[in-house]
Amino acid sequence: MIELRVVYVISAREFKKFLREKSRLFSSLARPLIWLFLVGGGLSRIVPTGGNITYLQFFFPGIIGMTILFTSIFSAISIIWDKEFGYMKEILVAPVSRTSVVVGKAVSGSIVSTIQATIVLMLFPLVGLKLSLLSVLLIIPLSFAISFSIASIGILIATFYESFESFSIIMNFIVMPMFFLSGAMYPLRKLPEIFKLIAHFNPLTYGIDALKNVIIKEAGEMGADFSLPLDLTIIFLVSLVFIFLGTKAFNRRV
Amino acid sequence: MSIIHVDSLSKHFNSIKAVDNVNFDVREGTIFGFLGPNGAGKTTTISILCTLLKPTSGTAIVDGYNCVTQPAKVRRSIGVVFQDTTLDKDLTAYENLLYHAILYNVEKSERQKLVDDALMFIGLYERKNDLVKRFSGGMKRRLEVARAMVHQPKILFLDEPTLGLDPQSRNNLWEFITRLPEEKGVTIFMTTHYMDEAEVCDEIAIIDRGKIIARGSPEELKKSVGGDVIYLKTTNNLKALSIIREEMSLTGKIKGDELFITVTRGDACLPELIRHLGDIVKSVRVQRPTLNDVFLNLTGKEIREETPDSMDEIKESVRAYRRRFDRT
Repeated sequence: MIELRVVYVISAREFKKFLREKSRLFSSLARPLIWLFLVGGGLSRIVPTGGNITYLQFFFPGIIGMTILFTSIFSAISIIWDKEFGYMKEILVAPVSRTSVVVGKAVSGSIVSTIQATIVLMLFPLVGLKLSLLSVLLIIPLSFAISFSIASIGILIATFYESFESFSIIMNFIVMPMFFLSGAMYPLRKLPEIFKLIAHFNPLTYGIDALKNVIIKEAGEMGADFSLPLDLTIIFLVSLVFIFLGTKAFNRRV
Repeated sequence: MSIIHVDSLSKHFNSIKAVDNVNFDVREGTIFGFLGPNGAGKTTTISILCTLLKPTSGTAIVDGYNCVTQPAKVRRSIGVVFQDTTLDKDLTAYENLLYHAILYNVEKSERQKLVDDALMFIGLYERKNDLVKRFSGGMKRRLEVARAMVHQPKILFLDEPTLGLDPQSRNNLWEFITRLPEEKGVTIFMTTHYMDEAEVCDEIAIIDRGKIIARGSPEELKKSVGGDVIYLKTTNNLKALSIIREEMSLTGKIKGDELFITVTRGDACLPELIRHLGDIVKSVRVQRPTLNDVFLNLTGKEIREETPDSMDEIKESVRAYRRRFDRT
């Protein structure tokens, strides 16, 4: 059973902290900007994209996906961090269901992640993209849905989190491969077969594909690989399955 | 009547028996102290009573509810102050308490009043809109106790409430904790490894290596040591020893360059002692037994420091980091 008051408290707290900590906002925006302009800017000179978009434009949905990936995963991992060192204990000793805590954590992470994704999105004129107001308004709830699916995965990962060392393991073996094999930097259809296969099992692939469906609609073979309804269905199913597994694992551990 | 009932409670972590067949009862409206060195099993016991940890065996009943099978009901009856702060430092004092009230399902119409009352009780009402990170260590602790009281629990758990506080803040905190049972009708279950703090308790259980080794009121426990200790320095300790044995039929012992005798009433015994010994006495002092003596008497050792495991080390370094960077 999900208690809305718990989701509200966890989210309100996260949101207030986000607004108060300006440095956190800046540092979390630095990563996507560095990747977009330093990596993307360089690659765009040597990568022929064909069709009617530049590499930087192709990379743009991927960068939004990256912002969502990092913010959502790390805010989810803080569920364990918080438990050892702070506020989570206050929540766990309150008469609230563990399911509400997990859902609350996923929602709060998704809110922050959506705000950051939206800020990055507003840079679209810089890479020469044209987006209608409707597209922008569509991307915001879409970002929230993607964030929620990634945060659900993050919570499951967090339950395996044992020590500080696991942090770099999570970074190197889960987060970075998830990013590289998501179609963020290369169109899926151009990947070697084995990578293409793995990418099909990567939930982030469908999130970024959904963004491509909206942001770079007419990119031909550089564009989306799947249809938007398929992307949305998978994002929805991933959220459902992982929030369920995450709750089970969290219940067992805590 | 007892509001907490613990029967043959054990908690094992692999081969370590953190809590080993523990039994005790806590009477309603009293202050009950769990006294023991670090690593004795105090926090583990509190975690079980607060439903955060499942016992390996045995039962724990809090306010009539079973901690294992009815955790939600237990949680509604209790307020908890953990060893490490669980306040959100980036929120204001008011927000911390308000969110607590929401989590505990306090009626919307009552929230504001209960939060304000709690803040007034600890004297932080004027600073309710300040971020908690601007508070001193003592203020944070008081705020944490106030937060645990917002939903009007029947039992308040305090795990080492004064850890890391300076003496003045410690006194200040105790002054206000000891008011709680009378003014708010709450039962207090606390742990501490400071012997002097346990003096405020109505009843104490001394725990060492997971087992309760003594129980009683502070007075009863101190009596169990066998009275006051008189320490003497003389020009001839051996001669003094024999005079004491022959004239007063008391057995003294020599420790270092001092001689000590355990007697029921130190102050009453002193004049006679000095009359018999005459001018070989160089100095004399009488020491009333403290809970520290009780512990020493029972275990034959000073408070033992537990070797920390890696998580403890990490926690300790985080604590140190916080101490350094907190604007306290």
